[in-house]
Amino acid sequence: MAKYNKKKIGELIDGTLEFYELKDMMSSHKDPERFGTYMSVLQERVTWDDPIILPAGLHLYIVQKASGDRIVKCDCGHEFCDYKDNWKLHANIYVRDTEEKMNEIYPKLMAPDTDWQVIREYYCPGCDTQLEVEAVTPWYPIIKDFEPDIDTFYNEWLKIPLPTVKA
Amino acid sequence: MTTKQEELTTQIQEGVFQQSTGPIGWDGKTLKQMRKEIDEISKETGHYAGLKTLPFKESDPIRFEKIFSKLRGGVVHARETAKKVAASPIVEQEGELCFSLYTPDADSIVTSTGIIIHVGTMGAAIKYMIENDYEVNPGIADKDIFCNNDNHVGNVHTCDVHTLVPIFWEGELLGWVGGVTHVIDTGASSPGSMSVGPVNRYEDGYQVTCRKIGQNDVLSKDWLLESTRSVRAVKYWTLDEKTRVAGCHMIRDLVLDVIREEGPDVYKSFIREIIEDGRRGFVNQVKTMLVPGEYRGVSFVDVPFKDLPVHDYAKVNSIMHSPSKIKVHKDAKLEIDFEGTNRWGWHSFNATPVSITSGIWVMLSQTLAPNDRINDGAYYASEFGIPLGSWLNPDDLRSAHANTWHSLVAAWSPLWRGLSRSYFARGYLEEVNAGNAHTTNWLQGGGIGPDGELHAINSFECAASGVGASAVKDGISHSAALWNPEGDMGDMEIWEMLEPLVYLGRQILPGSGGAGKYRGGSGWQSLRLGWGTNDWTMFVAGSGHMATDCGLMGGYPGAAGYRYSALDTDLKERFAKQLPFPQGADVDPDNPKWDTVIDAKTIHRDRQTVSTEEMFKDYDVIMNYLRGGPGFGDALERDPKNVAEDINAGYVLPRYAEKVYGVAVKEGKYGEYTADEAKTIKIREQIRKDRAKRSIPAKEWMKQEKERILNKEASPQVQHMYAGSFALSEQFTDEFKGFWDLPKEWMVYEEDLDVPTYGAHINRFKENK
Repeated sequence: MAKYNKKKIGELIDGTLEFYELKDMMSSHKDPERFGTYMSVLQERVTWDDPIILPAGLHLYIVQKASGDRIVKCDCGHEFCDYKDNWKLHANIYVRDTEEKMNEIYPKLMAPDTDWQVIREYYCPGCDTQLEVEAVTPWYPIIKDFEPDIDTFYNEWLKIPLPTVKA
Repeated sequence: MTTKQEELTTQIQEGVFQQSTGPIGWDGKTLKQMRKEIDEISKETGHYAGLKTLPFKESDPIRFEKIFSKLRGGVVHARETAKKVAASPIVEQEGELCFSLYTPDADSIVTSTGIIIHVGTMGAAIKYMIENDYEVNPGIADKDIFCNNDNHVGNVHTCDVHTLVPIFWEGELLGWVGGVTHVIDTGASSPGSMSVGPVNRYEDGYQVTCRKIGQNDVLSKDWLLESTRSVRAVKYWTLDEKTRVAGCHMIRDLVLDVIREEGPDVYKSFIREIIEDGRRGFVNQVKTMLVPGEYRGVSFVDVPFKDLPVHDYAKVNSIMHSPSKIKVHKDAKLEIDFEGTNRWGWHSFNATPVSITSGIWVMLSQTLAPNDRINDGAYYASEFGIPLGSWLNPDDLRSAHANTWHSLVAAWSPLWRGLSRSYFARGYLEEVNAGNAHTTNWLQGGGIGPDGELHAINSFECAASGVGASAVKDGISHSAALWNPEGDMGDMEIWEMLEPLVYLGRQILPGSGGAGKYRGGSGWQSLRLGWGTNDWTMFVAGSGHMATDCGLMGGYPGAAGYRYSALDTDLKERFAKQLPFPQGADVDPDNPKWDTVIDAKTIHRDRQTVSTEEMFKDYDVIMNYLRGGPGFGDALERDPKNVAEDINAGYVLPRYAEKVYGVAVKEGKYGEYTADEAKTIKIREQIRKDRAKRSIPAKEWMKQEKERILNKEASPQVQHMYAGSFALSEQFTDEFKGFWDLPKEWMVYEEDLDVPTYGAHINRFKENK
């Protein structure tokens, strides 16, 4: 079974692996050590000390706070909300709801027709990174994309202890 | 007084069989008894066929694997060999066929490559025969041949025609083999395999309901005459049927060889254990790859029918709403719930539950379970919620399904995103996929072919659409389609041989792939000139007003679609005078070039991307636009060098380098672009500042949007979509109203929207309103 060191996983995260290496990764049985290696690379790269429990998206992490709370946090340091809440409700939003706004992204006729659909962009209030995009009809409730069962994942599936805050 | 059904049941119980020699199942059981027992024991134990252990596999694993390899290799070989019988480029070029081997009671054991959505659909046909006592009448005998393509039995769409052959050993049924091909025409009200014109079952094409079409390995004369008089493009229909029969017979011979070698009892143990093994393997994959929890997504596709020449009750602009929730349970059961899906409609884009439950495996075998053990084991490890009355499960036999892929490909895109959030969380970044393109356009038409016979076409160029971006690389451009993992655009020369359409171009379409840190795979366009047409018509079928995906983690959706055709043109004169004429792709629809080199009485350049038959002559022109895939991540994080390369390769228009990616580019002496990294840093800083300025906190925006909802400020089609979901689903309604904190009395009803509600049956407001 394949096994990858931190350097290789770092290159994977950076998107610098050659295609043949990616292809090998995709075709091999998955390496059970991946999660631990991945988490340690991510933890080393962030500028804050809160232990990462689970990556929640590009730039987003569910982290453990000393208070016991589990918070969604951006790698810029901005803290959104409890992980069971929807972080998008605490983001900044920009809605492309006119042809002119759509035309900034797509040539004419290649963008959604705003009578039918709008594009919502969710930005981090800390670093203005575009964290998620929704292409939905007007009125659509903001989608809660992901609600992980963290305790089952750690305790029953991985059978490893949850990360804790160092005293 | 007994009913007919009770009489049949009594006959089965008493062993009085009219047209067969008696029960053909194992140990003297009827197939119906076998089916019931398998369902009951699998449900009761949580293991397929109650197999808590796998005694054969565990005691003799090499022999077990040897049998698997022989069968799997055999069905793949049969597919590869049989497809050479076909003349249809859809089968021969695109590989739109598949073979699967089943248990006597209709569970799939092993499947070939190809359009593996049919693992379940052919199983559904066999189950239908079992349920309807085919064992009694018309009887199921050795060397019989059955055919099915009835959508309401559980097919995907009318053009997927199944051939089903029973496999007997010493008078006992040991299984079935099924073969399916995507036939180029099945006699719908308009030509082509995925028609837009049909709006009900009776226009949807020639439907054969699990019919016995041959005995003693010979197709019946009445069947051959009737079927070939019921469809267009008869030679393709005929050769497709020979393809299916040849493949089925190859696989039947293979199975009989295995039984001769291993003995029937070993074969019986093997086919049960391999399905339970498939179930376990799937559970193991879920635990290896995913994170338990809930994943939500949604997609939409437009159905702009208001101005089409269809029946009055079908003249409605509507939206097919596909919300989905993936729940990964603690025990690794995978549940997919489509609660909230809106009502089915009078168009050919409806689906059946089997097409979605079976179709899921097309996708999962490309991502979560990429192995060759594709059988019904995975089905037993999963659960689906498919609301009755929705477009995924119409409550009316009149519903049409000829072009169900219009909606299915949209419904699947959020499932990629859900699974990808898991892969991302676990570090399997190489598996992340932002979603699938709306794998259209379907360029279709028909008339009198070059040989003087009725002809129909469906260009399968969309088998090479753009792929969604991953978390580590761009999506592959112009290369694949969700529904056929071996997708291929086909050779132009082959299409030109079979279609009265000459190529004026095949070119990448800039901006069709969704922007992002990693760009969605690009789509492309081909441009076709009428040449050799005779009583010919053409039409298009694709997404237009809406993007059918969302992009992932900051990436943008793939572009929406549009149509272009020019009728009654001056091209004959232009060719004679050697004047410029349209070629390549319509690379920048903001500055269209084709229109400057053509005069035509009619030019369609609009979003009417589903259309009905329009007369099409020599020197008329029509575009085929194959869509791109969604992007991943914030476009401001894309390597500036890659943006410049995208411009040079034709994937991005120069002006969008700065607007979308924040990259300053400069054009060199020979027209090549390079990125200015220093300027790029400044532009990107400015774009981030602009984002901060133009955006507002989501909760503030929600207050504004709530006002728009209270005032019912939305287009009729948007309100119609919500009304269709509200009428079917209390849960969706409660979640919607709860999210926006709407007053109790607020509601949108279908009957208040001034559009036809013909055929709307299930309506939870009917009594309450």
